[in-house]
Parts: sequence; C-alpha cells; structure tokens
Amino acid sequence: MPKSEFDLGWKDIEPGCTVSEPGNAAQYRTGDWRSIRPVWDHTKCIKCGVCYIFCPDAAVHKNNEGYFDADLYYCKGCGICAQECITGCIKMVEEAE
Amino acid sequence: MGKRVGIENSIAAADAVRMANVDLVAAYPITPQTHIVEHLAELVADGELDAEFVPVESEHSAMSVCCGSSAMGARTFTCTSSQGLALMNEIVFIAASLRLPIVMILANRSLSGPLSIWNDHTDVMSVRDCGWIQVFADNGQELFDHVLFAYRVAEDPKVSLPVMINIDGFIVTHVIEAVEYWEEEQVRKYLPEFKPVNRLHPDKPITMGAFGMPGIFSEAKKSQDQALLDSKPHIVKAWDEMAKVVGRGYSSVETYKMEGAETAFLTMGSFSETASIAIDRLREQGKPVGQIKLRLWRPFPFDEIREAVKGVKSLIVIDRAISYGGPGGPVSSEIRSALYGEKNMPSVAGFLCGFAGRDVTADDFVKMHGKTEDLVKAAKPVRQEDYIFYGVRE
Repeated sequence: MPKSEFDLGWKDIEPGCTVSEPGNAAQYRTGDWRSIRPVWDHTKCIKCGVCYIFCPDAAVHKNNEGYFDADLYYCKGCGICAQECITGCIKMVEEAE
Repeated sequence: MGKRVGIENSIAAADAVRMANVDLVAAYPITPQTHIVEHLAELVADGELDAEFVPVESEHSAMSVCCGSSAMGARTFTCTSSQGLALMNEIVFIAASLRLPIVMILANRSLSGPLSIWNDHTDVMSVRDCGWIQVFADNGQELFDHVLFAYRVAEDPKVSLPVMINIDGFIVTHVIEAVEYWEEEQVRKYLPEFKPVNRLHPDKPITMGAFGMPGIFSEAKKSQDQALLDSKPHIVKAWDEMAKVVGRGYSSVETYKMEGAETAFLTMGSFSETASIAIDRLREQGKPVGQIKLRLWRPFPFDEIREAVKGVKSLIVIDRAISYGGPGGPVSSEIRSALYGEKNMPSVAGFLCGFAGRDVTADDFVKMHGKTEDLVKAAKPVRQEDYIFYGVRE
C-alpha cells in the first residue's frame, strides 16, 4: 500500500514524479469528496443494474441478494445513479444526516 | 587528435549528433535551424546514422515525439528556433518535469513581431524557467563539443534532465569555420551507453506524467528544482573530462583579460568573441577592462559569477532579450540579483542590443564602455530601470 500524498516529503518523490507501483490509484479514497450518498429502496428496486452501468467510478457493486450498493471508499456522491434509476428507488441523502 | 575540417557549423553539429549515435530525431524545419535537421535527414536516408527520423507536422509534435522516445529509453535529438520553440512550449516544460534526457539545439532567433528570422536571445529567454540545463556555445567548435557534452550530462543517472544548447542563428549556424571533429574512439571513451533512470517497458510497468494533486505538487517541484541544482557538479565534471579526452575544456563562467580589471563586460553567445576584440583595443589604450562569459545559464552559476567580479567596480551586461516594462534584460536582472548584498558590489549597467541580427561591432563595444564610464562619472547609482537601448535611432 503506497503512502498517502500527505505523508510524502520531497525526497520521497521519484525522479520525474513517476509512479512505480502499477495500479496504486485504486488506493485513492475518492469517497472523501462526497457530500451526498445514494441510498437504495429495495421495495422499489427491480435489480435492472442501470445504476451499476452508469456509475462513472465503477463504485456500484451487486451484492449477494442481487441488489446494488455503492462502495463508499470510491463513491463521490455525483448522483448519476439516482438520476438514471428507472424506478426512482435511489435517493441521495446528505452525509450529515 | 581529431581531423580539422572547414565546414558549415550546422553540418558539423549534425555530424556530432551522428557521432553521438542517436536513436531518434524528431524535428520540424525552421530558419535558422534548418541545415542541422536537413543534414540529419540525409544521414538517416543514406544509412550513415541508424536512427528513426520523424518528420513531424509541428514543433509541438516534435517535442511530444521526443518525450515518448526518451521515455522508451531511446537517445533522442531535436532542434528548433524562435516560433518553433514557442509552439513546443508546453511540452518543453513537461520534458524537464519528467526528467527526460533529451538534447535540443536552439538556433537562437528573434520571436515575432515584427516577423524576423534573425538572431537574438528572445526565444531562449521565453523558456528561461522551463527546468532544462541551458548552455551557450560561441562558435562551431563549441557547438560540436557541446552536443557530445549534452548527452553525457543529460543521461548521467545522477542528472537525468534535458539539455538545451544555445547557438546564435546565422551568426554561427550558417558560417563556415574550422572544426576539429572528435575521433570515434574519443566519443566512445567520453559518452557511455544510455541507461535510463526510468523507462516505459512492459517488464516493469511505471506511470509517467501522472496527475499531481495540491497535496503533492509542491514536493514534486522542489524535487525537480533540487535535481537541476544538483546537476551542477556533474556538468563541471563533464567539461573537465572533455579536457582530458580531447584537450578542450570549458567552464560555467569563463574570463578574458580579467587581471586587474576594474570594468568588465558580461556576454553570452557569439557576441563574446566580438567583445574580446574590443577589450584588446581598450587594453591597448591602457584601460583596465576585462570580460566575463556566461556559458552556463541554468543551473545559474552563482559562486562563479561572484568570484569572477571580485575587484570589478563597473559591470557592463549585454542583454539580447527584453523584459518589457521591467528591468531591461533578463541577464542584467539576474546578475544584479546574484550580486545583491555582496561586499563591494559593482555597479551594473544594462545594455540591450543586437536584436534580430543587428550587427554589434567591436567599435560598438568600445562605445558602450565609453557610455558606462560616463555613467560612473555621473556618480549616481545605476538602477535596474536605467538600462540603455543601445544603437536605437531617435
């Protein structure tokens, strides 16, 4: 696991600021950016997967029951899933709530 | 000793690139750089240089191709002038931040407008802060030597930075001079095989040119600045090593007749040779005048400049680029900054001259010396904004 950018001093920077560990962008917690988060109402959900397809961060996953959840480590709270949801089962709620 | 030949300096420079055995040349023709890349294209077409010649559609693409090539671990060359440099500007900065050891000859030419194809230093000064190592060569021999020097420095694993060789367009590029070619054996001895610090290769995947968030950007920039500062001893070593191999060495700051000099000219590029003639004349008249030549522009040689001006009361700095509405010229501005707070700091008179190929003769340098004497006699402090636009008709 790479260090957070805030733990790196200038001497830790590799020449040319290269990234020598492939795929370590997956460690980046884009979920920090979120102010609202998606909540699914399973009574309305038809398991169509439109939210899964439209999520620009591939943060929506199918769970064991066939419903969909957002991985809050990555979910930025953009609301595209709620916008695209056919049945209107996704509601964006304030993080503060 | 290598063979001494009478040859156009641009052709000699292209031959030096051939002797460096580059893997790729990407360039777009622009006056007065043209003869260098034309000859390289011929060398590749004739099978005398085993390299890819990429005839790009613009300088922006030229530097982009160079970045890709160098990132793959190929020894890479390009060459441009003026508007070409302006067009490749954004990639010039990226090459340095990626620490790619590209070598570029910049055949110095005025930036438009008015449109001009002739020589001054307005192009290079527009990329003063691009992060490249920047050197000035005064003549054909220095240009030839500095091509091989540039690859040695750029590819030094402790440096890994691009190098720009400045040469005055037309005044040097299109002139036939006696140039001593290196022997193949000397090149082999001086220039080791290129072993890149970082390289794009499937065996060890890395990312180059990643996004930098505010949390890391300053650290990345400090690291880049320190790399350029730390390149200095390796630059000096490469010049000293050249002296051992071919018997010609160079320094960041070179001096001429500085013994007992109270007044000194500070010059860069081919004007240095003309100024030397003026200094000979002034010395014959008993005037204590000497010359300081600035060869290394980046990283800036602070200590060497301070050492060179010791005992000098009045410094005449020649600038061939304008900082509009500012301190006159970038060179005089930086020299003042470098000397600020030093004991017995000389007064610095900034002269702007030689724009777009306007001749500046030895007589002109003698006249500039006279004007500086008048300034000193007036006993008023010579301030930054008191620069003189020399030779301009009223």
